[in-house]
Order: sequence, then C-alpha cells, then structure tokens
Amino acid sequence: MMKLFELLIQPGSFDILLDILVVVLKIAVVIAVVMLHVAYATYFERKVIGHMQVRMGPREVGPHGLLQPVADMLKLFFKEDIIPARADKPVFYLAPVISLMAALSSLAVIPFFDGFVIADINIGLLFILAVSSLGSYGIVLSGWASNSKYSFLGGLRSMAQVISYEVAMGLSLVGVMIMAGSLNLTEIVRAQASYPAGMFAVPQVLGFFVFIVAAIAETNRAPFDLPEAESELVAGYFVEYSGMRFALFYAAEYIGMIVMGALAVTCFLGGWTVPGFVTAVLPFLEHVPGVVWFIGKLYFIIFFYYWIRATLPRYRYDQLMNIGWKILIPLALVNILITGIAKVIL
Amino acid sequence: MPVVLFLLIAAAFGLGALMMGGLFRLRRPYPEKLMPYESGIDPVGEPRQRFSVRFYVIAMLFVVFDVEAVFMYPWAVVFDRIGLYAFVEMLIFIFVLLVGYLYAWKKEAFRWE
Repeated sequence: MMKLFELLIQPGSFDILLDILVVVLKIAVVIAVVMLHVAYATYFERKVIGHMQVRMGPREVGPHGLLQPVADMLKLFFKEDIIPARADKPVFYLAPVISLMAALSSLAVIPFFDGFVIADINIGLLFILAVSSLGSYGIVLSGWASNSKYSFLGGLRSMAQVISYEVAMGLSLVGVMIMAGSLNLTEIVRAQASYPAGMFAVPQVLGFFVFIVAAIAETNRAPFDLPEAESELVAGYFVEYSGMRFALFYAAEYIGMIVMGALAVTCFLGGWTVPGFVTAVLPFLEHVPGVVWFIGKLYFIIFFYYWIRATLPRYRYDQLMNIGWKILIPLALVNILITGIAKVIL
Repeated sequence: MPVVLFLLIAAAFGLGALMMGGLFRLRRPYPEKLMPYESGIDPVGEPRQRFSVRFYVIAMLFVVFDVEAVFMYPWAVVFDRIGLYAFVEMLIFIFVLLVGYLYAWKKEAFRWE
C-alpha cells in the first residue's frame, strides 16, 4: 500500500493519471453520443420505412413521436428477464454483452473529425475487422445457449453468413489500402484529399459496391436478414431473449450499422473532409465543422440501409451464398488487380 | 492502451446496464413462461439437432480465404515502395489461390440446396 502511494506521489505519475482520465472521458463521450444516435436511429428507421410504405410511423409519444425511443428504452429496462429452462446460463448471460462489446469497441479507432480519435493506432482497419468479427461469437453463443430450435438455426445461419461476407469485405478494403498505403484510418482520410473527387468511392467504385453489400450482410440487415427472418425463424438467435438482454442485442445491431457506415465514410467517402468540387462552388461550406460532414455522410449511408430494406425482398439462403462466394469475392479480386495495375502504370 | 480501456468500459457498460435493470425489473417465473419458444406448442425433441455439413465446408473455406486476405494487407500497405516486383508476386499468389477457388467451385462447395 505504501509502495503504491509512493508511486503515486512521484513526479510524472500524476500526468499519466491525467492522461488516463482524459481518455476515459473521451470514451464516455463517444459511447454516450453513439448510444443516443442508436436510440434515434431506431426512430429514424421507423419513420423512414413508415413514409416509404405510405404510413406515418410512430407519432403518439411526444411531438411527431420524438420521445418514442425514450419510451421504448424505459419499457425494455423494466421488462422481466426470462431465462429459458435448460438454457446454458453463464453463456446465455454473457452472449449479449459480448455482442455489445465487440460492436462498441470498433469505435475506438474511427476518426470522427480531424484529430479526434480515441486510439490512433497504425493498424486501425485491421483492428475493426478483427473486433467486428468477434461479434459473431455473441451470435453463435446465444444461438447455442438458448436451447431453442429457432435460436439454434438462426445462430448457425448467421455464423455462415457473417463469415462468408467477411472475406468479401476484407478483400474489398485491400484496394483502399493500396491507394492510401496505410491501415491508419486518419491517414486513409488524408490520402483521399489528394484525389480529384476527394473520396475513394470514385476510383474504388467496385470496392465500394462490394463493401456496401458485404456491410449490409454483416449487420444482418434486409435483404440479407435471414438469421432474423421474422416470418420463418421469428427472430433467429435472440428469440429467447427479453428485456435488457434483448435491448443489448438490438443496440449491438444498430451500433454495428453505425460502425459499418462510419467505416464506409472514412474509407470511401472522405471522412470528415469536404470534397474539393463542393467548396469550389460554395466556398462558405469550408467553415462547416468536420464532425457535421462526418455525421451527414454517416446518416446518408444509414438512410441507404433503410431505403434498401424498404425496397428489396429477402434473398433465399442459396442465393445469399451465391452472391457472397461467386459474385462478391471475384469482384473484389478483380478490384485488387485493377487497382494494382493502375498503381504500377501511374 | 486506450483500446484496452475502451474494451473495459464497453464491457462495463453492458454489464452495468444489465445490473441496473436487475434492480428494478420483475421476476415471476413459472414453467410455461420458461419453456423455449416453439410457436405455442410444447417443444418437440432435442433443440440442438444435427445440422447440414455445408456449414463445416463454409467454415473451412472461410479460414482459407480470410488468411489469404490477411496476407494481402501488409502487401497493400507497402505496395508503393516495392512496386512492380510486389505486384507480380501477388499475381502468382492470387493465381495459386484462384486454382483452389475454381476447384472448390467445380466441386460445388458453394452450392446450397
């Protein structure tokens, strides 16, 4: 105890504590802001899909239903936590936490605006791919532990789907890495500024396409929502979950969408920067802060998710596997070859 | 270091939310409520059944292709500095891979009934 105290009063150790405190505060701010966006992403989804289907969406709670997410959150908070008989209890308890943790920790390396990134590590992209694939543990463990046929089938399907599209996603980002010459997300954003369009989405259009399709499949969204297929598997791997545990899975899914959207924004749409051709026409836009651009682009991608969900019917499982293995992977390889050839010639 | 902190805080956030909920929520279990969901009827048979061997094939293919994708990352990062030499080498690597890929395709490893 004395030793610890002596260590604490040494000059320099106070600075370390201060650093840690600053990082903890930053993390708390990021998590709080993202959770707020998750709550309102559910509201946004219901509104968007409602209007696309000529309905009104939620509108009873608060003006235009704006307090609906708060009401939902309170309801889930007070709901009974049912653990099915003969379920594998420790695994059942932990699976949603694993899902949430895997989804949240990807946010550690995303640069939200210039200079604001919690961990500026030089393998940021690899870190996101690694951590987001940990989320599939949460899925397969919950499917296994619930002791229900629907959960089990949903978990299996989800696992096969996530790992199939993981390959395509990993390959689609190689083109970005070649062009940026780095795995650090901040440097990837900076590298895009030197290209005429100000974003990699134009030279890497093939990679962008593969990435977006794989991202939709990775987050189990329609039209690739087979693991949750309401009309056949009721809710897939989390059918037995209720109350707060269900809320954690639900939040993890939306955080996953936000992470994939943020990754698309940083790798393909230029992150927090403004494309040069926009400021050439409207010079006053240069004064808009970077975080506004980032969130604007992110919400465009999220809107795109909802749009696709409202437009396309669900794929069959064999079609899903065909798209993943026979179309997206060859396309991603072709993209790598084209990028490599262009890089060698130019 | 910040990454480790982030992981800890994320885990604490999830567990904390569950524990906070545990203070307030009801707990009134009875056998019917705890039964696994099966469209309203009593569950029939064992839930953890045998499943299609296709899933194993997909898992093995995933290991092969994902490792190969990871091999490409360092190559892509230093591409600028090595240039043509690296490109030709990667062409050979992709060609070898492509042979395996076509073999798997012809063996109908990707087909799903």
